[in-house]
Amino acid sequence: MPEITLSQAVNQAIAEEMRRDSNVFLIGEDVAEAGTPFKVTSGLVEEFSTERVIDTPISEPGFMGLAVGAAMTGSRPIVDLMFGDFLFLVMDQLCNQAAKIHYMSGGKLNVPLVLRTNLGATRRSAAQHSQSLHALVAHVPGLKVAMPSSAYEAKGLLKTAIRDNNPVVIFEDKLMYQDKAFVPDEEYLLPFGEAAILKEGSDVTLIGTSSMRQVCERAAILLDKDGINAEVIDPRTIVPLDENTILNSVKKTSRAIVVDEGHQNFGTTAEIASRISEKAFYYLDAPVIRMGAMDVPIPFSPVLEDLTVPTAERVAENARKIVSGELVHAL
Amino acid sequence: MTKIRVFEDNANQLYLDAKMPGLTHMYSGEEAVAVGICEALRISDKITSTHRGHGHCMAKGANFNQMFCELLGKVEGYCRGKGGSMHIADQANGNLGANAIVGGSMGIATGSALRAKLQKSDDVTVCFFGDGATAQGLMYEVMNMAALWQLPIIYACENNGYSEYTTTEEIAAGSILERARAFGIEAFNVDGQDVIAVNKLASDLVEKARKGKGPFFIELMTYRYHGHHVGDINRTYYRSKKEELDWKNNRDPIQILGSFLETEGIASDAELMEIRSIISREAKDAVDYALNAAYPDISEVDMHVFQEV
Repeated sequence: MPEITLSQAVNQAIAEEMRRDSNVFLIGEDVAEAGTPFKVTSGLVEEFSTERVIDTPISEPGFMGLAVGAAMTGSRPIVDLMFGDFLFLVMDQLCNQAAKIHYMSGGKLNVPLVLRTNLGATRRSAAQHSQSLHALVAHVPGLKVAMPSSAYEAKGLLKTAIRDNNPVVIFEDKLMYQDKAFVPDEEYLLPFGEAAILKEGSDVTLIGTSSMRQVCERAAILLDKDGINAEVIDPRTIVPLDENTILNSVKKTSRAIVVDEGHQNFGTTAEIASRISEKAFYYLDAPVIRMGAMDVPIPFSPVLEDLTVPTAERVAENARKIVSGELVHAL
Repeated sequence: MTKIRVFEDNANQLYLDAKMPGLTHMYSGEEAVAVGICEALRISDKITSTHRGHGHCMAKGANFNQMFCELLGKVEGYCRGKGGSMHIADQANGNLGANAIVGGSMGIATGSALRAKLQKSDDVTVCFFGDGATAQGLMYEVMNMAALWQLPIIYACENNGYSEYTTTEEIAAGSILERARAFGIEAFNVDGQDVIAVNKLASDLVEKARKGKGPFFIELMTYRYHGHHVGDINRTYYRSKKEELDWKNNRDPIQILGSFLETEGIASDAELMEIRSIISREAKDAVDYALNAAYPDISEVDMHVFQEV
């Protein structure tokens, strides 16, 4: 089983699906010869030509809208949105159009498109290139939301997304493009709505999305040294959300910390924490802790930016508090 | 055109009788635009429509029963009652749907044309929108791409003189046609009340677009007889009754075509009256049918959020 980067995994997933289905095409800014600023799509234009790897003007709402129309008429476009922050530019086409067309047409029309974009701070890119905005789209019925946490998930989830008949937004962590993971030689797809239990444990459940999965895994190693056995879960997709795996884990451990890089207020952590509180309340020994990005625009200065995202040390610190029975209302 | 007029008269009456949920936007007065263009299209050609979209739907082949059912939120409507007046989609006839966001379908229409080009199909897409939508930035983004990639699309701007409750002069600087021409798109102005003129121009442009010579832009000068929507009744603060009467009496598209047919000896006044009365009876039957039709079962409320793979 070869070890490849997340960037290569995405590239392979797109290439394999484009070979399999001639209706699939890639569209976005600088996706062809430039291969995107992150070099994720390099080489695809050589194989598939500019007919299927389409460079656009810097017109995010425009090419998003084109993709919706092409999807409604039989294509399966993959839209490359250079930064997740640009979601605000495409909101009408994504949320008022793509998300609602199947429902508004009584099931007659469908929009099989994938919007590939990214999330993640600490790249010193300041407030308009560092946001993690998946909660925005997860709020809108009709959109599926995938959050791969390594190269393995990135490939398997993207291939599933491309074959889905609904609009799917997939968020890659832009800091993880060069991170490597083992990926099978043979073809595989990862189903939506199935969380992965990465480490079994008995004392506390750490739920981490995207790169926060690694934060949770590192926190679990720190906790091990203190004799605290943490279970680590990666939901993989937040819409649909594998509630059962999360609830079953919390029923076993009685404690949960939800870690996600979106802003904490009204965010993904709030949604998951609230489902645990509603559905596993009588199993809990401590309040469910939310750890999202700080509710400030992401600052540029490294000393400030690093404060805004959850770290393994802070996750471990909170875990120790709730496991020891310390009052945590003031967290 | 008479079918559209009769449909709208009935829809307006359903609103006045409080039998229709919500509001609707009347196409009356603009019939020659939809009919002149859609008569130049075949079934596999696509259109996108607007909040004022009943005319486009009918001209592209929709039937009374499913239209009225949708307006009343009934399960037999085009969208099983889930879309209503502003979202009627009829993909069997190439209608990709009306859109309640002004200018919201411009990307969809252009994407449909991109699909045709990628498939090497000679289908053409027509994007209907009003003068109000020319103020949306999306239009310029997609026209730029359509021109760059020579997509088989016709942008059909129905200039009815009003952007909701505001005159077009107040919202549009310069010339709408020149905006399209700035992208190198051939742009035409046509009398939107003259269905024969509209059809002649549209047929010519559709054939050119089929041969890969698109995109094109048409500004069709027209008029909406009703207000912005059926509830917009007292509108003298933004336009005069005299102006409305002038269009209705002197520029009515159905009368203009009728006079032409009579002058040319193609149809008599009696024959035209007969057509209108047949259509009126069909519409009455369809309204009765829709009023008595079933609502969706409440189990449908969370159906069609996602399509199962």
